[in-house]
Amino acid sequence: MTDSMFLSKPKKIRFFIINQLANPKNFFQFTAKLQPWINFFALLWIVIGLIWGLFISPADWQQGDSVRIMYIHVPMALLASTGYILLAFCGFSSLIWKHPLADLAAKEIGPVGATVTALCLITGSIWGKPMWGTWWVWDARLTSVLILFFLYMGHIALCHAFDEPQKGYKAAAMLALIGVFDLPIIKFSVQWWNTLHQPNTFSLTHASSITLSIAAPLICCFIGFSLGFIGLICIKIRTAILEQQIHRFLINAPTLSKEQI
Amino acid sequence: MKRKTQRLCIILSCMMGFAIAIVLVLSAFSDNLVYFKVPSQLINQSQPIGSVIRLGGMVVANSLHHLNDNQTPITTFDVTDGQAAIHVSYKGILPDLFREGQSVVAIGSLNQQKIFIATEVLAKHDETYMPKEIADSLRKNGKWDPRFGSPPDPSRWNHMIKPQ
Repeated sequence: MTDSMFLSKPKKIRFFIINQLANPKNFFQFTAKLQPWINFFALLWIVIGLIWGLFISPADWQQGDSVRIMYIHVPMALLASTGYILLAFCGFSSLIWKHPLADLAAKEIGPVGATVTALCLITGSIWGKPMWGTWWVWDARLTSVLILFFLYMGHIALCHAFDEPQKGYKAAAMLALIGVFDLPIIKFSVQWWNTLHQPNTFSLTHASSITLSIAAPLICCFIGFSLGFIGLICIKIRTAILEQQIHRFLINAPTLSKEQI
Repeated sequence: MKRKTQRLCIILSCMMGFAIAIVLVLSAFSDNLVYFKVPSQLINQSQPIGSVIRLGGMVVANSLHHLNDNQTPITTFDVTDGQAAIHVSYKGILPDLFREGQSVVAIGSLNQQKIFIATEVLAKHDETYMPKEIADSLRKNGKWDPRFGSPPDPSRWNHMIKPQ
């Protein structure tokens, strides 16, 4: 009697995600089919969100038009943390299950995550100068996000640090797992300590202190940028798979001379 | 034990160790991780005169005074956390968000007369976002005065009553 007789539906889905998509070829075909849809909806939501946010939504009563920086800053901040969760998950699956795609995915998420974190820091700084009166302060929220940026940079560096890529991926996966502790610090820093950065506006436990006319374009932007983030990573992973294939092909083709390559 | 389970155990125990270490470090340095101190903390603790402190709190309504010294604006105001207030004097240009009722962080030191001489004043924005028109109409109807506290939640706008 085989186990497959008792597989329930959710288990089949899990089987699909972990086992079928783990195969680089299946992943390649699956995401290649999805890619145009992801691209289209990402662009659509970003355009809607940005036009709504930058031109139509009302200005804030004390920040004026500076509030519109939020429509880029907040999605970038959320994506910086979410991207790191993905990175840590890839590190985890690479170390424990030796998942064939995990290392490639982690290597490709790193630079995108670092860019997003940098954008979050830069837009925050541009907002901070007119509003707070300073570009930068060493409060708990800002410092913990800067640490997140350095974790991303460290991850990228470790991936390329060794002659043998596998060693680098292993070290990078460990760094990704250790760095995960920065995420709760980022999230709760504004509650645990006095910070110059304002506390979270959206909350599950009490009414959020933002009007729908400002929150709605923000949510559109967030959906758009998230889809863009996913789309970008899918393209990068597919490129990495192709790169790996070409590399293998070149190594296994000793008859080709250097000029032919 | 399968190798996979073995690896899982090693990694989970490493992570647990790290988590404990980080919690201990953060709780040990908790005092240094706060960006500013509030007036009641400063008054209760004896601070050495002249040491640089970051003072945070709300600007007391009707305490703001503007003076002028050779074209440089001098501002004096009181900062409170609801329990104690400290008199602050600042020479320089204030950030846009500075107003009575706003939370601010002043960087400077206490002098002998217990006046806080600020070298830098930062405005602290709160987590509320409100369109200008709504803020104006709430103020016009006398339902809310920005000098006496942060803006109300959007859920309360429609059934707010005029304060006595």
